[in-house]
Amino acid sequence: MPAHVQPVRVYFGVFAALMALTALTVGAAFVNLGPANTFVALAIAVVKSTLVILYFMHVKGNTKLVPVVILSGVFFLLLLFLLLAADYGTRGWLGVPGR
Amino acid sequence: MSEGHGSGGHGARADLAHHFDSYEQQKDTATLGMWTFLVTEILFFGGLFAAYGVYRASFPAAFRAGSHELDIALGGFNTVVLIASSLTMALAVRGGQTGKGKLAAALLGLTMVLGTVFLVVKGFEYHHKFVEHHVPGPTFHFEGPEANHVQMFFVLYFALTSLHALHMVIGILLVGYVAKRAWSGAYTPRNYNFLEGTGLYWHFVDLVWIFLFPLLYLIGRH
Repeated sequence: MPAHVQPVRVYFGVFAALMALTALTVGAAFVNLGPANTFVALAIAVVKSTLVILYFMHVKGNTKLVPVVILSGVFFLLLLFLLLAADYGTRGWLGVPGR
Repeated sequence: MSEGHGSGGHGARADLAHHFDSYEQQKDTATLGMWTFLVTEILFFGGLFAAYGVYRASFPAAFRAGSHELDIALGGFNTVVLIASSLTMALAVRGGQTGKGKLAAALLGLTMVLGTVFLVVKGFEYHHKFVEHHVPGPTFHFEGPEANHVQMFFVLYFALTSLHALHMVIGILLVGYVAKRAWSGAYTPRNYNFLEGTGLYWHFVDLVWIFLFPLLYLIGRH
């Protein structure tokens, strides 16, 4: 039994959205938003990834265990980033030269 | 893993491994197994992304200068090529899912062509970096006060993009194998799990590039 066959137009629709978001991220890079530039670029990349994961990788309409596994991976990735940022972000606080 | 065409008749469940109760369970297991592998891949690349974050936060000006040495036109072109290859891959999986093996094989062939185009463009970019002496090491040369920190940007650029390119090479070989199998009718709507898993791997490689493109090519362009 083929489980949940997506119509072809869904694939082309997602492709068109990914193309538009690629153009948007290039365009946004040339506008001065200050420190927000990086966050805008990352936000667009997250939206693009979500589209790929949900529709191209069929997480939408698949067993619910799959998103749990993905989010557990993302959780540990964010933990890695958070603790690294806490470390490097506070090294100057000690007032010890070279630390 | 051999299977007959169509449904019904003798050996109708030959493509169902004996330790599974149903095709649905077999497919869910294959999908979950592939995703478990991909989560380890996310954390594998994550280490390099974390290093990128630390050095970019430490040397923002050097990373801006390094990024400006990259060609947005080539990087953007490759982004379009890779997303297009994800589309052909997704449609190929759909072909396997609906029992159109020959269509799936053709789309997989197109996916391989697009993947190869990406690598060729990447090769030209790398060549340009060698000519410009922007490859980290004893021959590295960059005009400016922050040359060493710019070199750090290029260390991360080459580490991230070459690891990504290695995944592309493995992906193209895998897609070639799956295309051959699809052409000979190995995938049926009940069991196209290897094709689906290969698709997941290919889309993952696309996901990594979706983050690499803005983080490497588009820093401080305004």
